[in-house]
Amino acid sequence: MTGTVPLNAYLIVSAALFAIGVIGVLIRRNALIIFMAIELMLNAVNLTFVAFSRFLDSMDGQIIVFFVMAVAAAEVVLGLAIIIALYRNKESVNVDELNLLRG
Amino acid sequence: MSNTIWLIPFIPLVGSVFVGLMGRRMRRSSVAIIACGAASLALLLSLAFLARLLSLPAEGRFLRQSLGPWIASGDFSVAFGFLFDPLSAIMALVVSGVGLLIHVYSIGYMEKDRDYHRFFALLNLFLAEMLVLVLADNYLLLFLGWEGVGLCSYLLIGFWFERPAAASAGTKAFLVNRIGDAAVVVGLIWMILLFGSLDFQIVFREAPTTLSHGSVAASVLSLLLFAGATGKSAQLPLYVWLPDAMEGPTPVSALIHAATMVTAGVYMVARSAPLFQLAPVSLEIVAWVGGLTAFFAASIALVQTDIKRIIAYSTISQLGYMFLGLGVGAYAAGIFHLMTHAFFKALLFLAAGSVIHALAGEQDLRKMGGLRRSLRVTAGSFLIGALANAGIAPFAGFWSKDEILFAAYASGHRLLWVLGALTAAGTGFYIFRLYFLAFEGKSRLDPHLAGHLREAPWSMRLPLVLLALGSATVGFFGVPPESGPFHRFLGPVFPVSPHEGGSAVPASGIVLMLAALVMALVGIVMAFRYYLQDPRRPEALAGRYPTLYRTLFHKYWVDELYEGFVVRPTSTAARTLSESFDVRMVDGSVNGIASLVGMVGGLLRRLQTGHVPAYVLSILIGVVVLLGYLAFLG
Repeated sequence: MTGTVPLNAYLIVSAALFAIGVIGVLIRRNALIIFMAIELMLNAVNLTFVAFSRFLDSMDGQIIVFFVMAVAAAEVVLGLAIIIALYRNKESVNVDELNLLRG
Repeated sequence: MSNTIWLIPFIPLVGSVFVGLMGRRMRRSSVAIIACGAASLALLLSLAFLARLLSLPAEGRFLRQSLGPWIASGDFSVAFGFLFDPLSAIMALVVSGVGLLIHVYSIGYMEKDRDYHRFFALLNLFLAEMLVLVLADNYLLLFLGWEGVGLCSYLLIGFWFERPAAASAGTKAFLVNRIGDAAVVVGLIWMILLFGSLDFQIVFREAPTTLSHGSVAASVLSLLLFAGATGKSAQLPLYVWLPDAMEGPTPVSALIHAATMVTAGVYMVARSAPLFQLAPVSLEIVAWVGGLTAFFAASIALVQTDIKRIIAYSTISQLGYMFLGLGVGAYAAGIFHLMTHAFFKALLFLAAGSVIHALAGEQDLRKMGGLRRSLRVTAGSFLIGALANAGIAPFAGFWSKDEILFAAYASGHRLLWVLGALTAAGTGFYIFRLYFLAFEGKSRLDPHLAGHLREAPWSMRLPLVLLALGSATVGFFGVPPESGPFHRFLGPVFPVSPHEGGSAVPASGIVLMLAALVMALVGIVMAFRYYLQDPRRPEALAGRYPTLYRTLFHKYWVDELYEGFVVRPTSTAARTLSESFDVRMVDGSVNGIASLVGMVGGLLRRLQTGHVPAYVLSILIGVVVLLGYLAFLG
């Protein structure tokens, strides 16, 4: 069964997921959706790691995936907290209205 | 015992710090006792070292002590070293001796001043600095004392700093001295380059081999030192600060601007005699500057009306005599005149101070007269000082001044001798004009002052009497001329000048002495006839030669000349530079760079939209470009 799905298939799926994530970040206005798109990008990378790990017969990639998931979990906590704080202050989570750092 | 030389300047320094810090909370009598005690300890120590010096054989008469290195850098090092040789001994004794008397005098003179302790702290500090100056065994330590006394001079001239005249006189003294001191600094740096040391012994040992006799380098180096001396010792063309320095309290004028500090230049030139001996041109210049200053200052003194300023011009004139002596190679005579002058000029100033004290601050001669009847001690001691100043035998000034004049004649400077003899006549005239106007004749006092004139307290009378005794007798240390005890003591310090070989005074010498004495007497008699017999004659004379009179009265317009040609162009140039170069160029370039940065920043800030997706896009583009580069070109 290992030989049935080639590595390239995994990589193409992963690239597609990553591209969808990037486009989501770029074109969506809602901070929550952007957040979800970022998660998509992260998981695309995870998929690549796992595929390579299997293909190269090495556990390193899977270990890194665990790290990425742990970091992503922490990031979600922080990110959601920020979004809630934003909503409380601005009554909106539209990123176009967030330009406090404009030069 | 020779390892305690450093205590001589150190004791007054401790006194100064102590009085300066604690004096405000002490009683006035304690302040006076500490300050005078420090001065008398310095005098006693100097006397003890003198006794020790005299017990040594004449050729080996010097004591040295080093407190260790002060500045050490590679091969070059300067020690905190002290030297006690006959020249230092005489200077230290004059400084601490006259200094002590003036300390005692100040007890009475400054009695009512509210900054009593500040005055004594500064006086002690001055004493310490001056003793460092004369006891140093290298040029840098000498220069430390040199600048130190300059600082004390500035602080004491401006002692009554609430008075604008006093404050600006202090500044003037400080600034004018800077000109000379800058030359000294250049000279010292050059000396390090030439000899690799500033130690007197090493410099004077190396000088004859490094610099050939009469070389340009020797002349320029010695002239740089002499330039400093013209500042400190108030010679042409830098003398202008000394008359203004009279704004300070009179004891300060006596101590700093007559007896000690202003002679520092004479001391330095005498100390550097081995250098000057290599530069005949410099010696010639020293002699001429001295002779011209003597004559110039004496002529101004003829017509002034401020009692202290006359004595100040007299000081400049007498300092000119000293340089004249040094310049014609009669180093011992120059130092001898320095010593006698310290006595009689301090006496004249202190007596003048006593008059000012009695008249509640009046310094104008035209409002004095007849003071002898109420101020007997003052008048008597002033008379002795005046006789000594005029060079009347057998008072102190006669022996030293005539020796200088004789040396000038004997070394072939006939013209300088004539100048000196004319100055002697002028000296007799101005000093006795002062005496007659102040102490003799009819009283021209304010009526309400005349009633309660009182002689000064004992603390002021005692120094007057002691200095009068000194002025009458110290001249005998130099008898017979050129071979008296003074000269035998001082002789080994100086290189022998060609014309000083013979010790006996030739017959022509006696004639010359008599000539100068007669000149001085003529001056005195003229003063007597003009100011005592017929007080209307001076005005008639002034009316007959109005241009001459006004030139002298306005001091040859030198101050105005300097104002017009130096001060005003300098400040105009400074203002122009500050307005054009500083404001436009320096400030302009700094501001220009700042606004350029601001402008570029203003352009770049447009990139910072604050719009997060835009940032993300730019990051993405960057990543794509980078990856593309790595994938296809890397």
